[in-house]
Amino acid sequence: MVAQRYRTASTLYPYSRSEDQDGSVQRHPVVVVGGGPVGLGFALDLGQRGTPVLVLDDHEGPGLGSKAICFAKRTLDIAHRLGAGVSMVDKGVVWNVGKVFYRDGKLFEFNLLPEDGHRHPAFINLQQPYFEEYLFAAIKRAKADGAPIEIRGGNRLTGLDAQDDHVRLDIDTPDGPYSIEADWLIACDGVRSPVRDLMGLSFDGRVFEDNFLIADVKMKAPFPTERWFWFEPPFAEAQSALLHKQPDGIWRIDFQLGWDIDREAELDPARIRTRIDAMLSSQTGDVPAYELDWTSIYTFQCRRMSSFRHGPVFFAGDSAHQVSPFGARGANSGIQDAENLAWKLHMVLEGQADQSLLETYSAERGCAADENILNSSRATDFMTPKSDTSKVFRNAVLDLARDHVFARQLVNSGRLSVPCTYDDFPSFGEDTLNGPEQTRPGASCTDAPVDDGFLLDQLNANFVLLSISGDAPEASDLSGNLFKSLHVATPSPELAARYLGDAHQAVYLIRPDQHIVARWSSFDAAAVARALRNALGKD
Amino acid sequence: MSLILSPNIPDPDGFYETLINAHEGLTKDESDALNARLILILANHIGDRAVLAAALKAAS
Repeated sequence: MVAQRYRTASTLYPYSRSEDQDGSVQRHPVVVVGGGPVGLGFALDLGQRGTPVLVLDDHEGPGLGSKAICFAKRTLDIAHRLGAGVSMVDKGVVWNVGKVFYRDGKLFEFNLLPEDGHRHPAFINLQQPYFEEYLFAAIKRAKADGAPIEIRGGNRLTGLDAQDDHVRLDIDTPDGPYSIEADWLIACDGVRSPVRDLMGLSFDGRVFEDNFLIADVKMKAPFPTERWFWFEPPFAEAQSALLHKQPDGIWRIDFQLGWDIDREAELDPARIRTRIDAMLSSQTGDVPAYELDWTSIYTFQCRRMSSFRHGPVFFAGDSAHQVSPFGARGANSGIQDAENLAWKLHMVLEGQADQSLLETYSAERGCAADENILNSSRATDFMTPKSDTSKVFRNAVLDLARDHVFARQLVNSGRLSVPCTYDDFPSFGEDTLNGPEQTRPGASCTDAPVDDGFLLDQLNANFVLLSISGDAPEASDLSGNLFKSLHVATPSPELAARYLGDAHQAVYLIRPDQHIVARWSSFDAAAVARALRNALGKD
Repeated sequence: MSLILSPNIPDPDGFYETLINAHEGLTKDESDALNARLILILANHIGDRAVLAAALKAAS
């Protein structure tokens, strides 16, 4: 028996009996536990590279409920490379106008005008079940093209024995238990990770004493596509409140309720409607017609595992690190975990890199997790000041923000997730270009127009040697290497601004996850070979 | 630029009087709020993180 832990939004991978359930224990090269955004993204990436991957999930589709709703540009760039980005952007909501309120007045508004020369906006709002459905659709297309990906729904992990070089998994199904082995296990099984618990690993961090009420509201009348954020709203007895739009005419509303609350009473629909009526009518005096689509109360913590790798077991996404929702750093960082690991594991399994390459996963993504936890803790401390003096300063910032632009940059209701730059890691560098800061070694490539398309579309699988202006490297200097050469003779103004700066020409070595390894002012075969060895962890 | 801790304000008595007068008639909470706003405005004017760090250290 596999009990339902939650309702699902749709059925994507119904249980069906596998041959593994009859006969002897089968060994798989890579097994993923958890078919959420991270597990599906990882499986799609690995499978498209040609490495067989098996995903186990104890349900048969994406869960309903309070999940990710904001997907940042880097995530969309990755999803686009994986073949799922177009449907996400088509369905997602893009908003540009945000308004910040303090008590009963508006402090200021801002317009996030998109920067030119990128395929994707800074972020979209999209309910997580859609995100998973589009990844799954891309998996189906990849499988039709021969990608060796298998997803087994209704398969729950119940036991785990991790050896030095493989893992044995005990699995329960509607037809009863069976066991398999895996050379590598990727735990994408969420914040309450059964893999982590079965291995007895700790998950330490900071608990924030606060409750947040979520209400997803379906509007029956036009309502602006803007983000509204209140500090100390005069209505609803909340410390903060947030409203923003999702697809299907749904608006997400968050109320920060404080720590000592009566959960049952707060979840009473009549009480929730009173709060929402007060919020929605605060600007116009009228309450538009709406219905409650979903409500829940959540608390959160910021914590991480000390290492994201334990022998043959890797942890990715919420199983490895948990952050507050402010800034949309949960699913977005998990997708980057998956991308960081997929190419490395593939190259190791193909014998193109040593196992030492896998050590860089935990170091790099641990650095990203620390950055996300830092940003999310700062936002939380601004929204919920932890001392009287902290509150005095917070309110001083808000008072000043009404009239002074400088104070607006201190107002923190969450800083949007941007990819971590892997500064000071030994697998990155050299940098002899004196080029722009944003494209230094360790950074993820920022997009720019190239020919009729975009740069990131050309960085789609392996290492890439990008040369801008100047001469293309001689083919004889590149042969036998693990990269493709991309020469852009005449850069667009955006590509020049983002990759050349004041330089006349440049050569970049770029990893399969689109992070920049090293850059030079001209091509030097020995330097490129050295940087590549470095990036593969061979030195 | 490094943090200036030598005399730097013309008419120091006049400045001090202005500072104290700004708090006249305010409650403790209002004074705290004024001080916080003042610190933020001055900090933004200085801008230099090294100078701000040195000032925090000198004040602690």
